[in-house]
Amino acid sequence: MFPFRVPLDRWISDAVDFLVRELGAVFDGFSAFVYFMVDNLKDGMLTLHPLILMAVIVAITWYMAGWRNSLFAVIGLLLTENIGLWQAFVETLALVLTAEILVMVVGLPLGIYAAKNDRFDSIIRPVLDFMQTMPAFVYLIPAVMFFGLGLVPGVVATFVFALPPLIRLTNLGIRQVPKELTEAADAFGATDMQKLFKVQVPVAKATIMAGVNQSIMLGLSMVVIAAMIGAGGLGEDVLRGIQRLQVGQGFEAGLVVVILAIILDRITAGIGARKNNG
Amino acid sequence: MIVITWDYFMPGLPGIRSSVQWAYMASGILENMQEKIVVKNLFKVFGKHPDRALKALKQGKSKDDILKETRLVVGVQDASFTVYKKEIFVLMGLSGSGKSTLERLLNRLHEPTSGEIIIDGIDITRLNKKELRDFRRKHFCGMVFQNFAILPHRTVLGNVEFGLELQGVDKETRHKRAMEMIQQVGLEGNEESYPDQLSGGMQQRVGLARGLAVDADIILMDEAFSALDPLIRRQMQDELLQLQNKLQKTIVFVTHDLDEAFRLGDRIAIMKDGKIVQVGTAEQIISKPADDYVKAFVEDMDRSAVLTAGSILQPLVEQAFPNDGPRTMMRKIRQNKLTGLVMTDKAKTLKGYVIARELADYINKNKDKEDIPFDNNLIQQPSIVHLDMPLTEVINVYSDNQFGPVVVVDHNQIVHGVVTRGSILAALSEDPDIQVMDNKEK
Repeated sequence: MFPFRVPLDRWISDAVDFLVRELGAVFDGFSAFVYFMVDNLKDGMLTLHPLILMAVIVAITWYMAGWRNSLFAVIGLLLTENIGLWQAFVETLALVLTAEILVMVVGLPLGIYAAKNDRFDSIIRPVLDFMQTMPAFVYLIPAVMFFGLGLVPGVVATFVFALPPLIRLTNLGIRQVPKELTEAADAFGATDMQKLFKVQVPVAKATIMAGVNQSIMLGLSMVVIAAMIGAGGLGEDVLRGIQRLQVGQGFEAGLVVVILAIILDRITAGIGARKNNG
Repeated sequence: MIVITWDYFMPGLPGIRSSVQWAYMASGILENMQEKIVVKNLFKVFGKHPDRALKALKQGKSKDDILKETRLVVGVQDASFTVYKKEIFVLMGLSGSGKSTLERLLNRLHEPTSGEIIIDGIDITRLNKKELRDFRRKHFCGMVFQNFAILPHRTVLGNVEFGLELQGVDKETRHKRAMEMIQQVGLEGNEESYPDQLSGGMQQRVGLARGLAVDADIILMDEAFSALDPLIRRQMQDELLQLQNKLQKTIVFVTHDLDEAFRLGDRIAIMKDGKIVQVGTAEQIISKPADDYVKAFVEDMDRSAVLTAGSILQPLVEQAFPNDGPRTMMRKIRQNKLTGLVMTDKAKTLKGYVIARELADYINKNKDKEDIPFDNNLIQQPSIVHLDMPLTEVINVYSDNQFGPVVVVDHNQIVHGVVTRGSILAALSEDPDIQVMDNKEK
């Protein structure tokens, strides 16, 4: 139909080459930082006796989500330890938490800014669509080129996939703050910062926490994919089960991912539903 | 100071008037009151390049035409009015009339397109962002909203403290002040409750207390009671008036409800299509509606509760003076087809009433005499009402009345006019034609 073909593929690979060549130092620095975080988090948790870490997780669940959920956490965590997946569980938890911290550091300000600035909102919207729907395998390759095999590209892939819901829901939450509330803040002579932190963010907290919750869930769904590039953790066990056609082992690992997902979901949902003077 | 309540004049009929309202009625000192907010030629156009709309407005185009041609929405056009210190000024109109927009212009929640807003001598349209913020903190008790707009994540106490907290008042001081205000609005014991544990009426008390805690002069209230059910609403109106008696703020109150407007407002501005159609006291608006729109609006009002003797009286067409002879009086009566004459001195102080029939008999008895002396026994004491007396009371007095019209006087017994059966009927029926036909007592 056309006498020519848009060389999109070449542009992109050229761009990736260019970034790897010119910004290598930046990526290395970032890589070191992520390693530092994940390793410390993981090692810190693993130095604790499993029962102590379990107790901490159960206590947090109890405090945030009530005793029923904490009972589930007790059973789930004991089962994990019992079937020998505790170490993988902690590795995955460290990876997801690190990715989630990065997501929050980047996502919350961007979400807030998108809520305040319609132009930025309209620019970032297609970018978020891209991040959410682009098959993860496609950006695993450049991620590996930037950061090498292992944990960091796993965290980055998780980050890319988990960032959009937080930005979207933060944006939505702040925009949904009733107009009268922001008018009230203005009428009482609030500065922009006072308005943001005393009215908008606290009122939007439930929606923002739904965003955190969703991004953690999406992050967990990336665990297996991230394992393909050597991120380790529970995903590795799932993959091994698949590769060796060991249905039982694969299921076990998958089940532990679900247990982790449910615990994190209940905790974050619990935070969102809480009232406090913020 | 003695606070006179409505019940004193109208026992059994609920309602309280603010002291300012009484002040207007008693002495008509409106023009001597201090200006608090002066609005001059204020316009608000929503949309890009509002100049286009301003130009079109100058050419006399209507709001609807401008919307069609330029897609600009005219919110307020050419509003000019003055709010005096310590009065309750009501902005009244249907939805879309621009009343809430106008209120939000007063503290620049909406930016005015053109015009001046002078508060305590300062044109706030010229303030920059920081000056405006400081001005809001110092002069406005925030704002009280239709849907309360209290913060769901804070307790009652936390909400009432909000304004002070923004100003950086230290915790102890603002705590103390907030507790006072919570007490003031009758919420003591609830300070640790969250808004969702409170009824609508209680939530709006929180909204009110939050405003009062700031201790500024001006309270802006936007449909503050419209979301409450009628009984609670009535109660809140009473409490607002009581609070106002005590606190003496300047209140600008927006409502779509005429009854509420008349109940609360010392003066009322009626708005339509972004324009102020009429500004005046309840009596002025009821008795002299500026146009058909206002007239249609006030048609449903219970007029007898709003009108006073002063607003329905008819001036004297003729009167007797103490040194008039009987025949002079009779001539005055005949010429004007009256049933009697109000007797006053030259300063219009009430002296009595002379009944035409009795006067005629007296003249008949003494018709042989060339110069009949006036007999002071002819002077009767007529029923009198005060200028401020509500129409419902006037009707009672009138129905107990033995003869002649009811004479309307002020505090110094100066006669302002009379209330006749015709003027009462005219006032109740609000049909000006009746007044013309029944102008004279038969």
